[in-house]
Amino acid sequence: MTIDLKNLTIKKARMALDEKEFSAVDLAQAYLGKIKEKNKELNAYLEVYDDVLEQAKLADEKIGRGESSPLLGIPLAIKDVILVKNKKVSSASKILENYVASYDATVIAKLKEQGAVFLGRTNMDEFALGSSTENSAFGVTRNPYDLSRVAGGTSGGSTVAVASDMALGALGSDTGGSVRLPAAFCGVVGLKPTYGRVSRYGLIAAASSFDCVGQIAKNIEDAEIIFNAISGHDILDSTSVNYEADSKLSSKKELVIGVPWNLINQEGIEPNVKENFQKIVKSFESSGYKIKDISLPNCIALYYIINFAEVSSNLSRFDGVRYGLHKDGKNLLEDYLLTKGQGFGKEARRRILLGTFVLSAGYYDAYYGKAQRTRDALRKEFKKLFSEIDLILTPTSPIPAWKIGEKSDPLSMYLADIFTVTANIVGIPAISLPSGFMEVAGKKVPLGIQFMAPHGREEFLFEVGKKLEMIEGSN
Amino acid sequence: MNIKDVENLAKLARIELTEEEKSELLSDMDSILEYVKQVEEMKVEDTKSELSTYNVWREDKIESRDFSRELITKQFPASKNGFLKVKKIL
Repeated sequence: MTIDLKNLTIKKARMALDEKEFSAVDLAQAYLGKIKEKNKELNAYLEVYDDVLEQAKLADEKIGRGESSPLLGIPLAIKDVILVKNKKVSSASKILENYVASYDATVIAKLKEQGAVFLGRTNMDEFALGSSTENSAFGVTRNPYDLSRVAGGTSGGSTVAVASDMALGALGSDTGGSVRLPAAFCGVVGLKPTYGRVSRYGLIAAASSFDCVGQIAKNIEDAEIIFNAISGHDILDSTSVNYEADSKLSSKKELVIGVPWNLINQEGIEPNVKENFQKIVKSFESSGYKIKDISLPNCIALYYIINFAEVSSNLSRFDGVRYGLHKDGKNLLEDYLLTKGQGFGKEARRRILLGTFVLSAGYYDAYYGKAQRTRDALRKEFKKLFSEIDLILTPTSPIPAWKIGEKSDPLSMYLADIFTVTANIVGIPAISLPSGFMEVAGKKVPLGIQFMAPHGREEFLFEVGKKLEMIEGSN
Repeated sequence: MNIKDVENLAKLARIELTEEEKSELLSDMDSILEYVKQVEEMKVEDTKSELSTYNVWREDKIESRDFSRELITKQFPASKNGFLKVKKIL
């Protein structure tokens, strides 16, 4: 049988599976077929698991027994940074190329409990360092809308898998925009939850005070389904928080949206992106939302200083002693030098050195210390801001997907994160939603807009996300 | 910053670099540090942190977790009798 994967959503698949219109095995087979057809060109998957059909068979048995849960039998893609027991997980790095996970991440355990089917692990920037998936040690992932362009990053493999019908949904990780930016570049929905709302036990760390496990889906409802399945407090992650208590607070009268025009009107924002964004703002305004002009600082410098510091600390564990790549030298010191020198890619090495620099005695106060103080001040500022507004709206990226290889200067790539890093600094939830297309050199490439909400207020994001789908659908 | 600084940082981070990599990193790091230096100009009115930091405790009892000893030991680069084998340190 043929399943219309293009128009399939998690919700529709759930109904079809429960009604026995098709089986989980049929569905998994359809996706495996698509992967076979497209993955060579797009390079979204680094590995397709060899037990996909067995997983699907188990799901069918459960369905046969009358069991049902939102993700039972739903085929998902997992970013190569989340541990699945007995499967390889490499963070797209040579240093972990053959590493096999010895336990399940909490998010994976939760999905397994629901009976989700894992198709494979997806490509990314090495150790989640980048904005385009060009920093993978295993080749670039291509944008399905224009193969000469990047998919965005760092969760580029996951967003491409969902955008090109090679998975029905996916997990990514978001440190400074790594779920939202590629979601925008590939025309799918990408959610970064509140810091701590989804357990990170079993997520390979990039920058621990920013990292979040994110959800990637074709529409807002599906993103919400995945979020509900994996969120919640986890005793194994001491940074995880419990929002159950106050999450169903008041359903507010009408949501007020703040727009930081000071950032959007500055140079470096592609005119077509701005035009598309203005159109979206108008749509929300005419749908009855109150729009307020706000001002936000540019946080790229602050973000990257902390990122470098945390990345260099986190990556120091990869030393060739306990696991991963080991290059043998004359003594222990030489083992370290050779293993790290050959195991880490360019961007990883760059950030390790930059982190070592900003944390070094003579420069600590001027860089890292100042960045932390500014971060505290920003958190306060946001607390005040969210007493006046409910949501912040920006484009997701100042520019659309760029040509592969175009941004060889690392700094120019960092600047693409101008709208996304802020949510990670403050720890608030944010989402990227598809907002249309623009034409570049005869090809249509997707654009995205971003909403940020106060801590624990993912429900606001789901509400405006559904609204935007209605607006876009009626156009 | 000069090439000696890059060499020193690489030494601290235990990363071996080729001469070519060193000079490339030097120019990248120069421009990146020049940019992030603007954090100096960001205004911070009140430096008192409002962060509610607290300890996360748990009961001091053993809980079994789903680890695979076999999978862990299999990944040791070198082992002897089930133990991780490391080079002489002193």
